[in-house]
Amino acid sequence: MKFPLSWLKYHLETTASLDEICEAMTMAGLEIEAIDNPAEKFGAFTVAYVKEAVPHPDADKLRVCTVETVDGIKQIVCGAPNARTGMRAVYAPLGAYIPGLDFSLDKKPRKIRGVESSGMMCSAKELELGEDHDGIIDLEGDWAVGTPAVVALGQDDVVIDFEVTPNRPDWLGVRGIARDLAATGIGTLKDVPVKAIPGSFPCPIKVELDWPEACPVFAGRLIRGVKNVASPDWLQKALKSIGLRPINALVDITNLVTFDRCRPLHVYDAAKLRGNLHARRGAGEGDSFEALDKKSYTPAETMCVIADEAHCLGLGGIMGGTWSGCTDATTDVFLESAWFNPLITRATAKAAAIDSDAKYRFERGVDPQSVADGIEYATRLILDICGGEASETVVFGDIPATPADIEFPITEVKRLTGLDLPRTEILRILTTLGFTPTGAGDVLTVGVPSWRMDCALKADLVEEIARIHGFDKLTATSLSRPSVRRQAPATAMQLRARYARRALAGRGYQEAVTWSFCETSQAALFGGHGAGLALENPISSELDVMRPTALIHLLTALQTNADRGLSDARLFEVGPVYLTDAPDGQLLVATGVRRIASGRHWTGSRLPDVFDVKADAMAALEAAGAPAASLQVAAEARDWWHPGRSGVLRQGPKNVMAEFGEIHPRVLKALGIDGRVLAFEIVLDAIPQPRKASGLKARTQLDRADLTPVKRDFAFLVDKTVAADSLIRAAKGADKALISDVTVFDVYDGKGVPEGQTSLAIEVVLQPRDKTLTDEEIDAVAAKVITKVSGATGGTLRG
Amino acid sequence: MTDTAALDALEAEVLTQISGANDEAGLDAVRVGALGKKGSVSLMMRGLGGMSPEERQVMGPALNGLKTRLGDALTARKDALEAAALDLALVSETIDVSLPVRPEPQGSIHPITQVMEELAVIFADMGFAVAEGSDVEDDFHNFTALNFPEGHPARDTQDTFFMKPDAEGLRKVLRTHTSPAQIRTMMSQTPPLRIIAPGRVYRCDWDQTHTPMFHQVEGLVIDKETHMGHLKGVLQDFLAAFFETDQVETRFRPHHFPFTEPSAEMDVRYERVGQAVKIGSGDQWMEILGCGMVHPNVIRNCGLDPDEYQGFAFGVGVDRLAMLKYGAPDLRDFFNSDQRWLGHYGFSALMQANMATGLS
Repeated sequence: MKFPLSWLKYHLETTASLDEICEAMTMAGLEIEAIDNPAEKFGAFTVAYVKEAVPHPDADKLRVCTVETVDGIKQIVCGAPNARTGMRAVYAPLGAYIPGLDFSLDKKPRKIRGVESSGMMCSAKELELGEDHDGIIDLEGDWAVGTPAVVALGQDDVVIDFEVTPNRPDWLGVRGIARDLAATGIGTLKDVPVKAIPGSFPCPIKVELDWPEACPVFAGRLIRGVKNVASPDWLQKALKSIGLRPINALVDITNLVTFDRCRPLHVYDAAKLRGNLHARRGAGEGDSFEALDKKSYTPAETMCVIADEAHCLGLGGIMGGTWSGCTDATTDVFLESAWFNPLITRATAKAAAIDSDAKYRFERGVDPQSVADGIEYATRLILDICGGEASETVVFGDIPATPADIEFPITEVKRLTGLDLPRTEILRILTTLGFTPTGAGDVLTVGVPSWRMDCALKADLVEEIARIHGFDKLTATSLSRPSVRRQAPATAMQLRARYARRALAGRGYQEAVTWSFCETSQAALFGGHGAGLALENPISSELDVMRPTALIHLLTALQTNADRGLSDARLFEVGPVYLTDAPDGQLLVATGVRRIASGRHWTGSRLPDVFDVKADAMAALEAAGAPAASLQVAAEARDWWHPGRSGVLRQGPKNVMAEFGEIHPRVLKALGIDGRVLAFEIVLDAIPQPRKASGLKARTQLDRADLTPVKRDFAFLVDKTVAADSLIRAAKGADKALISDVTVFDVYDGKGVPEGQTSLAIEVVLQPRDKTLTDEEIDAVAAKVITKVSGATGGTLRG
Repeated sequence: MTDTAALDALEAEVLTQISGANDEAGLDAVRVGALGKKGSVSLMMRGLGGMSPEERQVMGPALNGLKTRLGDALTARKDALEAAALDLALVSETIDVSLPVRPEPQGSIHPITQVMEELAVIFADMGFAVAEGSDVEDDFHNFTALNFPEGHPARDTQDTFFMKPDAEGLRKVLRTHTSPAQIRTMMSQTPPLRIIAPGRVYRCDWDQTHTPMFHQVEGLVIDKETHMGHLKGVLQDFLAAFFETDQVETRFRPHHFPFTEPSAEMDVRYERVGQAVKIGSGDQWMEILGCGMVHPNVIRNCGLDPDEYQGFAFGVGVDRLAMLKYGAPDLRDFFNSDQRWLGHYGFSALMQANMATGLS
């Protein structure tokens, strides 16, 4: 909402400076967005007196002027045809920035056709203070040299733009702003009474309210014999100052009242009306009309229209039609001052994609009582500017009730704000804002003014009182510490995420944060987006569904980095993936990616492989509290992984905690990624909850055998389909008490190994407990290992 | 035979041999020649048996002394030879230690994560627990319960992302704030409550300071005595802790949010220092967060009596805090995964925010 200071002062008696007014606005909740202060913007330009203007010795169209300026006497060469001796002009000193030309004058005098010129005399267009470019500004009046140009031009009005919060439609009228500022104590609200204008004949047009919910009240009157002239200067200037284009007096007057009182009105050319008016539901095609924005609308049944017996005349409270609009030829005008339901107005405007100053106000809630005042105020202006003769005012329907009184214990102020205010201050604030507090005790009965439909609760009054008293007077008070011993507040999930992050960062991965959304076609590469997770209004078509995996953005980021010459990126993200639109349909996943690439190094280099990302995944799992070492490994990763170089880490057959391996080359190709990529995904939600701690953090006793462990090697020939993990598990299971570790130290399938088989060599560590093992005992365990492994894998001891 | 002079001569001779031995084999030959079974000293020792007791009394200790001295000399020479051999070997193993090490990629923690953890630490110290929720929310938890009336213009201020409607025409939304987590907490727990709710939030907007996804942390206190002065105090304490300065100067301005009443925005006094800001000095105010006393309707919507319970809520952009504190100028970079940016603005894995060792 924009308003010029002069307009504010029409309603507010104040001696406050601009800074004080701005401060008061800010502290009352009227957040300033911009201040347009011409005196500041045009500070360089001042009034100058042309003592003498003589022809340039060397150029027909130029004059050499001797000019009395704020900087002393200056010689200025001027090309304007109207430059003459004795005129008062606007002087721009050397170095000044000329907005209309978008350049700055030289800092030193320059010679124009051999004559030195110091500064410039400006046209209105050069200053962007008007369109005139036929000559330099020729000021009327006896302005003293040095007077700011904007003052001499009458264009020094400061315009303030501020944010109107949705709860305060009354700030959409300058008078509403003045009322709040008066309450802050920087001035007093002027009494600008609106007098009823008696009609000289009965209003011949009736209005039927066919849909009272949408339009419960409609005041109207006919004014005959008007001349719809151009508005007077003061009115045009007022509208221009807030960015409105003057059209004709009747339309300009409705706009003025809209912005002055937050009271939208409408004027109909009465010659175009057929019979009575109706405020009714739209009738679809039959109601199609062209509105004043030159667009066609077809009002649906959910929309409120104003219509006569023949035409739809407009969308009620939003915009009238061109058919009945007032033109220069209008002589009889029907004036509307009605009230339209905020919700219906808003829904209509949304559905019809239409916007207007009236709609902006009605959807927020216009003061219902202004129906009556508004029509009288506008009538006064019309009669003054356009002449004519007014009918009686007729009010059809009932003005909606003002908000209910609030029972207000004054102790609420202290309870909610800590402010200990005297009763007199509470009463003063409420009263200056237009509330009517009554009652002598601790509980006031507070009448709410009709323009404050946002106030219904005690807390609303507390806000008004604290706001006007000043939030700066709230005493900052630290919260007392809870007296009980505090548990560390982090949840299990938060700790998992935190530890997984720190583990991966410690392993050389850089944490990224990427969009939760992705493109449908990208999601399709990873099993598709979940049901109900397509956006209706995506920010771009490339981010139109919720991601089923964080791999997409991390993979494409690898490529983006590679394109910049950074081919060794290792990226990870701990963030959500989306399976369904239910509250539990979101999983927290740690995802990591790196390319199969290695930098050159003088020691030689090794290409990373699946076992690097498997190790990364296990490290992150371990850090996050999963029993990483005891998880089963299976080659069961989903379709977007390399079918022969990927796997899952799972607990039991179902609870998959991680997938790892190479990304399927087909997927990489579809995402436009060169080369090969290793990745892992860890579902932090899948990690089982740790068993409830007993309260003590003491560890179990350390089991530390004193005897030297014994190591035995075995090599088994197994089918290539046999997973090494199953062989290791079988060997470990041969004697759980004695066997403390099994490691694979060789995998061989070259010469000497039958086709289709692999030789897996393992080292089994036996940890004797209470006595040294005899050769017989060791042989017995070895035999068990062989039996177990053969049984589980079909493998045979390699000879 | 009591000729100790002969012994002295022998000792001198053998010592000369020892010092003349240049390798282990040569030294061993000397040892065998003197102390071996048939060595010169050993033969003399054998001669002791044929001596008179008087002679033996002189020659015995003399011979033993000689043997010990020669043994020590042998050992010393052996050590010296070994040391020399090792020195020689090590010289041949010399490498150029100025060659570069094997590259080890430097991992990092994203500034958003770091700031989230800083916030968790600061508020944990004031007794706040952490609540989380899901990003896809229903209309009730994102709007209705928070006192956004159906069809009210206040809903327009949120630039909401909607999901396509389901078969029944219901549209889920991407949460526009983390307040739904507060609602779920209020509905499931009994006051007194102190929580912060950090997480991803979404609004349909994209420029240098707005991205369609960003991060927020909201705070909520519900009890029977917390008032707006506490709100101001907590936020000042928070800003002082976060920006690591005692000089926080704030300005509380009235504002409007549907879910708080009274509502305020908080500005901090600041000045720009390069891309970062210095809080507490300068002559400019910067809006930093929105807050207020929880609206009675919200308290009621969560099954509590607003005449009995009261408290405050606030919300602040995590990414924005990160931008301000660490001087990252463009929000969009936070989500671009540019390795150079991540390395420059990221944090070491070891840099865990805590009150004892610092936030970052």
